[in-house]
Amino acid sequence: MEEIGAAFVTALKLIITGDPEVLSITLRSIIISGSATILSALIFIPAGSAVFFSEFPGKKGLVNLINTLFSVPTVFVGLVVFIAISRSGPLGGLGLLFTPGAMVTAQALLISPVITGLSISALSGVRPEIKDTALSLGASRVQIAITMLREVRYAMAVVVLAGFGRAISEVGAGIMVGGNIRGYTRTLTTAMSLETSMGNIEFSMALGIILITIALFVSIIVYRLQRL
Amino acid sequence: MINIRQLNKFYGGRQILRDINLNIDAEEVFSFIGPSGAGKTTLLRLIDLLERPTSGTILYKGVNTAASENIRIETRRKMAMVFQRPAMFGASVFDNVAYGLKVRGEKNPRLADRVGKAIQDVGLAGYEEQDARTLSGGEIQRVALARALVISPEVLLLDEPTANLDPVSTVTIEKLIMKIIGEMNITVIMSTHDMAQGQRLAGKIAVMMEGRILQTGDPGLVFNKPENHLVARFVGVENIFEGNISSNSDGLVNVAFGPHVLEGISDLSAGEKVNIFLRPEEITLTPSRTATSARNSFRGEIMRISLNGPLARVELDCGFPMIALITRRSAEELNLQKGQNVYASFKATQVHIIKR
Repeated sequence: MEEIGAAFVTALKLIITGDPEVLSITLRSIIISGSATILSALIFIPAGSAVFFSEFPGKKGLVNLINTLFSVPTVFVGLVVFIAISRSGPLGGLGLLFTPGAMVTAQALLISPVITGLSISALSGVRPEIKDTALSLGASRVQIAITMLREVRYAMAVVVLAGFGRAISEVGAGIMVGGNIRGYTRTLTTAMSLETSMGNIEFSMALGIILITIALFVSIIVYRLQRL
Repeated sequence: MINIRQLNKFYGGRQILRDINLNIDAEEVFSFIGPSGAGKTTLLRLIDLLERPTSGTILYKGVNTAASENIRIETRRKMAMVFQRPAMFGASVFDNVAYGLKVRGEKNPRLADRVGKAIQDVGLAGYEEQDARTLSGGEIQRVALARALVISPEVLLLDEPTANLDPVSTVTIEKLIMKIIGEMNITVIMSTHDMAQGQRLAGKIAVMMEGRILQTGDPGLVFNKPENHLVARFVGVENIFEGNISSNSDGLVNVAFGPHVLEGISDLSAGEKVNIFLRPEEITLTPSRTATSARNSFRGEIMRISLNGPLARVELDCGFPMIALITRRSAEELNLQKGQNVYASFKATQVHIIKR
């Protein structure tokens, strides 16, 4: 028990003194997961909107499938991306394997069902009267879609943050395609996994505290946005 | 302006509108009147081209609105509808009112001018930057009116414009609507379940029930000469009897109903089966039989008196039930009491007789 207490104190010291290693890992994590979230949002919010606004056979089934994929195992996504970008894979020529780009790709893919599914459900929350009002005031189909997206702008911010939360906290995919290379692809979660197995509890704990703090910040922002 | 032919609308297996045929002229103020569930809202939505009819056609200035998607949106852009519970976009009052102009590609400074004027016209100047969702019901209704009027529509559709408002806001909105009707060259098509509101605002009304239009015409005419007992009940004719014409001399008829006979004006001949409509406010009550020009007088016992604002509703048993509506003051001055016998009189001209 005492050991844990001492480790906790050391962890706090590492954070407060701005240990360069801790700092760089944190920044890298935020940049990689942030990029993955932006990339995923740019592709999958429009994709989710397209699904919502169009009618086609099997739409319900597709939406159910997307919702099921919310909890797709991170290692499975890691495996798929690994196969795709490994030297002999279809995207092998890009030379992405064991780069931050590979991690961004894997995380963007990992959170794509969350972004798509939650976008659809956010748009479903718009009162039908809004669509009628826009239609009655002369809006075209595209204008109606834009109006409805604007109506759910706060909900969309929540969607993006939910995606970011999942991206920054995942470890399986990042470690598989990023390789946990020190100073290059080592992030909060992959570093924690490694340092813990090496017995570096204090360092791991410092990273853990930072990760929890980021998660806390995200949920505070989400909470605030949902009040608007 | 708008011609509706053989219009039917089904939702699932339920028929909401049945065989609607209707002509609405330019610059007319036309109101659909009927109880909730009569199909008024659905008909307005079909006219605004928000939905498609199951069968039938809607012509706008002679053009079939179902001809193409282009015609639908172009025609829709000549109209504006205010819904019963207007939805506000999550934006300022200004942006809400500006919406219709923005989707039509109107640019500043004309946009700002027109929006500013529309907001002023509904008496909301100073509210431009306020979040529209924080407004009261009456204010939201005014924003919705401004939002519809700013595009200078040829046709303004109003679905139960005051149904969800308090009495004070209702007066404000009605005044606004009257101002709009008076100042703009606009066709107004509205719905209401309030007979009195229909009379106040509309130049022509159509009584709707269960998806059908039962009677169309001048409000006074519909009010005083309902064509059937459903319309009669709706417009407040509380005394409805079934009878037979027993004689007709120069238009003055005797109508027998049960053991009773009353006199009325009709060109129907003896032997015709008829409905007799008598508005409760046409009946005069006197404590004793007096000389009067009224051709009809029945003695009856007061069964019940219920007060309603300045009016008293008196239920009589004259051998048949009869309801009279008199002022509260008259009831008090005559000292009318339950159980008392009175004479109920009415003129032959006030009896509305139609073929059954």
